[in-house]
Amino acid sequence: MSAVLDRPATDIVTEGAIRIDDVVKIYDPDGAAVMAVDHCSIDIPAGEICMIVGPSGCGKTTLLNAIAGFHGITSGSIHLDGELLCGPGQPQAEPGSDRIVVFQNGALFPWKTNLDNIAFGPMMAGKLSKQEIYDKARAMMADAGLSGTENNFPGEVSSGLRRRVEIVRALMNDPKVLLFDEPYRALDSLTKSVMHEALLEIYYRNKVTIFFITHDLEEAIFLGHRLVIMSSRPCKPKKIVEVDIPHPRDYSVLTSPRFREIMNEAKGVVHEEAQKAFDAGEKEG
Amino acid sequence: MAIKKFKDKLFSRATFRGITAIVIFVIIWEVGARSEQLFGYRFPFLGLVPPPSDVLASWGGLIGDPSYWQSWYMSFLRVFGGFAAAMIIGIPLGLFMAVNRTFYGMSFPTFEILRPIPPLAWVPASIIFWPTQELSIAFVTFLGAFYTIVINVLGGARSINKQFLQAAQSMGASQWDIFRRIVLPATLPSIVVGSAVGMGITWEVVVAAEMISGGGSSGGGAGGGLGFFIWSSYVGGSYEQIVVGMISIGIAGYFSSELLRQLGGLLTPWLKTR
Repeated sequence: MSAVLDRPATDIVTEGAIRIDDVVKIYDPDGAAVMAVDHCSIDIPAGEICMIVGPSGCGKTTLLNAIAGFHGITSGSIHLDGELLCGPGQPQAEPGSDRIVVFQNGALFPWKTNLDNIAFGPMMAGKLSKQEIYDKARAMMADAGLSGTENNFPGEVSSGLRRRVEIVRALMNDPKVLLFDEPYRALDSLTKSVMHEALLEIYYRNKVTIFFITHDLEEAIFLGHRLVIMSSRPCKPKKIVEVDIPHPRDYSVLTSPRFREIMNEAKGVVHEEAQKAFDAGEKEG
Repeated sequence: MAIKKFKDKLFSRATFRGITAIVIFVIIWEVGARSEQLFGYRFPFLGLVPPPSDVLASWGGLIGDPSYWQSWYMSFLRVFGGFAAAMIIGIPLGLFMAVNRTFYGMSFPTFEILRPIPPLAWVPASIIFWPTQELSIAFVTFLGAFYTIVINVLGGARSINKQFLQAAQSMGASQWDIFRRIVLPATLPSIVVGSAVGMGITWEVVVAAEMISGGGSSGGGAGGGLGFFIWSSYVGGSYEQIVVGMISIGIAGYFSSELLRQLGGLLTPWLKTR
């Protein structure tokens, strides 16, 4: 009973399946090998929201960087729709517009207006005319409730709006996969809940595969089809929790009995790992 | 709308305070300078300075004198010449040092050895190297702004948020696009700051260089710029004119900095939002 099957048939997504196969990443800065990712295998079907949950500093971001092509891997392989991103003979993936990262601290270009930020990807790709790109950008902004902020600089709008602009900028590239690196970490819990609903709304309109890193369990269960709970360093899937609450979801889900059950199921594992990470930190300190 | 804004600004409390401060300063100066006539006792330091009313009278006499304005013109020419050269050479150099590791490794040590040498220490060497005195002064002025601009550009370009580069790369930007659309605008605030600081140093340097070089190429006071204007006033014993020269440099420096601030603001409109 996979959560993927809960979606209406018309929404079936055919692109964006990620296969992470036995990936190992060892950092070797000064000869002291540090294992960040340990024989990690995750299969993410196309169109799934896959939440990667784990304590801070467990190596989740290393995995995300490997998919995005910002870092290489030591062994194993990562495929996107059956095509090798990185693996034997290709230690580091080529960054590409089929996989766009929404960064933890946001990476909107502060010197470009929101509209120019959103138009940046297609302008670089050069497949459409400038007129077409800006028409599309305006339409996407209107869809995401960003009308009226086109000519503002990112620094002029609230952090919540900035995040939305960044997601729209990512979607303008027609990516197969969106990679979220704890994007809502710095937001207060009220803004966060609004952002979650906004993200789902955007997702329902533009189905893509979402690889979402977080350490916030409530966020993970509310958004995800599936939780992959990671062990603390080295990073390795410890438990997979299916979230069988049907999409589309809204905030009433948070108080449903099923939500509580899943929360209880996941919490024990997460807490155990957090404790381990904490103890390890104490030893190192 | 714009006029109303300007009026608001003109009659604001800040303007009022500013004017009050200047008026009080001038009154203290005037009273102090005339202390011997007024109280029969000469105040230390202030009692030796020409009073502002005499300075103003002396200035009034100079307003119509073309050689006084020629001094302004010469100093501005040297400052902006040296400064422009420092920008034209310094900005690309700083950027290239930031993006090319080999070039950085080869050039930075030399740069760091030359940087602590004060521009004024270059005056004698510069007079020997350059064929005309004008070029010697311009070169020393150039050095005043050059190091500051390079260091700021280098620092700015090296501290670019890595995620800007990664995001641009993911979205298909070429190396040239990344340089032109990410590195350059991300460094612009540092370029503006470096230029503003550099401009301040150029004025310091040009005045000293003009005093040392003694008059410039075209002889007499006219070709010497404001630095030499002060020096020749001192030699000629006209203390009022010394003060006129000093205030002239203050005003000139202020206008140069304000010009840069305005230009910088136009170039980096996103910084106003913070």
